[in-house]
Amino acid sequence: MSSATELAIADPRRERLAALGRRAVIRLGGGLLVLWAVATLTFFALRLMPGDPVLAILGGPSGNPSPETIEATRIEFGLDKPLAVQYLLYLGRLLQGDLGVSYSQHLPVTRVLAEQGGATLELTIAALLLAWVLVLLLTVITAGRGRLIGGLASLAETLSAALPHFWLGVVLLAVFAFGLRWFPPAGSDSLASLVLPAFSLAIPLAGFIAQVTRESLELTLEQPFILTARSRGLSDLAVRFRHALRHALLPGVSLSGWAIGALISGAVVCEVIFSRKGIGRQLYQAVQAQDMPLVIGISLVVAAGYVLANILVDLLYQWIDPRQQEATP
Amino acid sequence: MSDLILDRVQAPLRRRRRITLPPVGASLALLFLAALLLAALFPELFTHVDPLAIVPRDAFQAPSWAHWLGTDQSGRDIFARTIHGARQSLLIGVAATALSMTIAISLGLLGGLGGARVDRAVGWLLEVLFAFPSLILALLFVAVFGSGVGTLIVATGLGGAPGYARMVRGQVLAVRNAGYIEAARALGHPTSRIVLRQLLPNAMRPLVVTMTMGVGQAIVWASALSFLGLGARPPAPEWGTMLSMGRDFIASAWWLTFFPGLFIVLTTLATTVTGRFIQQRLEGRQA
Amino acid sequence: MSDKTLIVDGLTVSFAGQSVVRDLSFTLAPGRCVALVGESGSGKSVSARSLVGLTGTGAEVSARQLRFADHDLLDLSERQWRQVRGKDIGFVLQDALVSLDPLRPVGKEILEVLQTHGYGDRQQRAARVHELLELVGVPDPALRARQRPGQLSGGLRQRALIASALAMQPALVIADEPTTALDATVQAQILQVFQQIKARGASLLIISHDLAVVAQLADEVLVLRHGEVVEQGPMQQVLREPRHAYTKALLAAVPAEHPRGTRLSPQRVASTPRLVKRGLGEVLLEGRDLGKRYTGPDRRARQVVQGVSFTLHAGRTLGIVGESGSGKTTVARLALGLLTPDQGQVLYRGKTWNLPDDAIAEASRRPLRREISVIYQDPLGSFDPRWTVAQILDDALQVAGVEAPARPARIAVLLNQVRLAADLAQRRPLQLSGGQRQRVAIARAIASEPKLIICDEPVSALDVSVQAQVLDLLADLQDELGLAYLFISHDLGVIRHVSDDVLVMRHGQVVEHAPVEQLFRQPAHKYTQRLLGSVPRLPGAGTELVVPPLDLEHEAFDLFDEARLWKIAI
Repeated sequence: MSSATELAIADPRRERLAALGRRAVIRLGGGLLVLWAVATLTFFALRLMPGDPVLAILGGPSGNPSPETIEATRIEFGLDKPLAVQYLLYLGRLLQGDLGVSYSQHLPVTRVLAEQGGATLELTIAALLLAWVLVLLLTVITAGRGRLIGGLASLAETLSAALPHFWLGVVLLAVFAFGLRWFPPAGSDSLASLVLPAFSLAIPLAGFIAQVTRESLELTLEQPFILTARSRGLSDLAVRFRHALRHALLPGVSLSGWAIGALISGAVVCEVIFSRKGIGRQLYQAVQAQDMPLVIGISLVVAAGYVLANILVDLLYQWIDPRQQEATP
Repeated sequence: MSDLILDRVQAPLRRRRRITLPPVGASLALLFLAALLLAALFPELFTHVDPLAIVPRDAFQAPSWAHWLGTDQSGRDIFARTIHGARQSLLIGVAATALSMTIAISLGLLGGLGGARVDRAVGWLLEVLFAFPSLILALLFVAVFGSGVGTLIVATGLGGAPGYARMVRGQVLAVRNAGYIEAARALGHPTSRIVLRQLLPNAMRPLVVTMTMGVGQAIVWASALSFLGLGARPPAPEWGTMLSMGRDFIASAWWLTFFPGLFIVLTTLATTVTGRFIQQRLEGRQA
Repeated sequence: MSDKTLIVDGLTVSFAGQSVVRDLSFTLAPGRCVALVGESGSGKSVSARSLVGLTGTGAEVSARQLRFADHDLLDLSERQWRQVRGKDIGFVLQDALVSLDPLRPVGKEILEVLQTHGYGDRQQRAARVHELLELVGVPDPALRARQRPGQLSGGLRQRALIASALAMQPALVIADEPTTALDATVQAQILQVFQQIKARGASLLIISHDLAVVAQLADEVLVLRHGEVVEQGPMQQVLREPRHAYTKALLAAVPAEHPRGTRLSPQRVASTPRLVKRGLGEVLLEGRDLGKRYTGPDRRARQVVQGVSFTLHAGRTLGIVGESGSGKTTVARLALGLLTPDQGQVLYRGKTWNLPDDAIAEASRRPLRREISVIYQDPLGSFDPRWTVAQILDDALQVAGVEAPARPARIAVLLNQVRLAADLAQRRPLQLSGGQRQRVAIARAIASEPKLIICDEPVSALDVSVQAQVLDLLADLQDELGLAYLFISHDLGVIRHVSDDVLVMRHGQVVEHAPVEQLFRQPAHKYTQRLLGSVPRLPGAGTELVVPPLDLEHEAFDLFDEARLWKIAI
């Protein structure tokens, strides 16, 4: 809301960009704080872990190391020092970008992440874009077109939102990879191998986002400013795309922040099903092997990515709806 | 004022549609959920076949009259296993949702009612918890405490809690600013009474819907963990586990994965439809 | 083609076989204005929309003849309609905050009309936007064009909305309640803009619930009720010699023309007009030098109320009148003790009731709460949505200390007191009409047998005839129960009708405080004079509309929303 006393307002666009920049800085600062808390939380959660971490390092419950080896490992990983010292050392290493060494792969965690991260990023971004394309196609064309079309479209949305991606993945695999042989059943090298995993992630997500987008689109189409736009001689499609869509996108966009989390979760499953490269499958294997440095490293990176993605979504929201900027500085 | 006219004409139509149309879908959904609950409590009502009985010569039978949904690699009847799996899946879904909600309501109320400073702290804690996508949080939990049904419930419950907590907090803040809360203060009700008799019931109402839908989602996430081999152990009849076991035979015996998955889909669908039906009923009386 | 811009003959609109407008006929020539007047549900807006082909799906429009210039409006394809809309017919809705796209700068909205109808090249269009904003009296058009409706005050954004309708110089301008949400001074300015449009030779069709507003513009008026024209004729004739009972009732319901003590609605019970001047009783409520600051969302502090003092005697009514942003609602909340002042104090029957810094504990205030009740503008929002009418009243009686067994009988008495049928008790507020809801709110307010009711815009959301009934009810209750009212309104007519004394507020300060008739006959302060001058009057009752100049300071105060700030403050 603008000032009551000062009426001379600076260039609105420049002011908006400046406000957006300020918000980005504030949010990034907050994000760093959250990441520090995340790192701390994981560190102490692991200390609560039942059993001796040294045993886990030395091959989990099945390994049968000698007392000397245990002692040597304890010193090597700094586990003999007081907890506070260990915590500070851990933070110090984090700041240097050192996430430790994977027990199971005997490689630096950062290297595993560097090698595998790209594939997961590719998959999640592809799925998110695909989901939004499906949402736009489905909602903008069918919203406010009478009960039958709306009912059918909404049924399709509810159904796709109810599909678990792991089952969808398996079904797509059976039909399109083993049955029709259109796409490769596994791998992560070609674009064709991206299609099935991306669809199995995107379809349920599109169902979710489309539900809220349709509802908000239908509400928007009843607003007086839509009537004003029509009274100017705009065509129906122009009204939908130029006026209604921007309003209708808002809930879907804010849902996208959450959606990225669901996508990362789904990526774990999809990478396992389609034997894809990626940090999701690495995490799954690390959890099975109780490879704690790798589990923590991946969790931290995922958290960082998720926090960053949410900041981007927030900025996008502010950009679409500048009213928010004035309400919350 | 000008919209009122259209409203007057169309509102009765719209309202009538809202009340008569949903029951078709909603009654199917409720019927399914009732059957599922029955299957969970008394699986013998639906089948007398032992879900764990191994009959090697019956392995990989396609769906037929003898085995409605076929048999798996050890000749176990999939229909019997699916019916018996309802108990495990429903238990996990309901327990995990209950856990999520307990955490969420405590945190949300603390934030919504505890004053600005507490609210900021809760908001921050939620943001930290929110930084972990739910399955990642669950995986971390499994990594620390090992797999099993108990961990599965706690892991799924924890994973869902931050999202619900945000919702509770927003709801409490919204209701706190409602006109009827101010009216109650102006009438002279003590704060404790306003909180207990008006704020809480009104803030919690929409959660009934969320909770109903949440059970479906919890079942999906728990199945995902089982599917990854981190939940119930084979050969226990649990939908996610069955899916996971059938995955190796996907090219030759589709029914091993298709039917347990179908039950997950139908359950989620039924909870969504039921939740939305409740929501419409609440709105019909409210908005 | 004839000399008429618009010929409407036998227009009927129905939804699902149910007609909402029946047999509407009128013609409109260049430079003339026809007004459709009616309350909600009269079908006036649907009629307007059928003239631009935007009645929506499911509407059936029929007429013996529906001609605009040389178009047969009954026979236009959607493509032809789009040629007409915006280009030949301009359409203005009420409240530009929602009638202009809230996410787009207003300049873009005007530009859109020009682009759609292929006006000139890019530079010519930009120049035209500038020219249009100047035409409707928007200062500094280059800057304003780049602001969104939410950043403009009510008056400025309504001007921008009108500019967008005028962009292609349409032969016909249709305006649906174009001044409804506006302050009186701003309304007068907007009416002047329409007068100019008419003077430039455009035909004007104006839709309103307010006869006084259209009296300033219209040459011919049609009074609608439940979709039928009950009266039609030249403006002056309808106002001076209304023939139909409904028109007479509408004219009688306008409170501005009726001093205190007269009835606005048709008599139901014979009650004696209250002409007796009551003596001054006990001082009930007293505000002394009250001040309140808010820190807005932009972290800038604003003095919302400053140095406000008032005295309210038992059994009397103190009116507080002011435009948006004047601080009147904040004064109500300070008086209620729901908000603590930064300075000054409120006394109730000589005892401190509200002091700065939460010096009075809510617990010590609670025993006295039953003596002070409140009625809000939005009764629906003030009821717990889960409760029935009976539960709402039961709750109020419980706080008032009425024992459970006695309550059902008391509920029946209360409903009777506010003239509601007893069988409404089991309904939820959602199932009631606006007037019934406000009666339930009044019943709740009198449940504790209070001495004082604070009324915050209690009739602003109601139709004129319903408003008249509610005002009469409040007057009756004052007589029967000896209530005092602190009555807050933006409507000078309502304030004049109900008040004994009036406080005029502007920008958080009291500019004038006087007995009601003195204030309205001889306003001392310049602002009061301007405010009174800008109220549209029914001809015969008085004077020409005095159009105050555009007041940017007021426009700035209008921008800031007291209610929203209050929510942030708790």
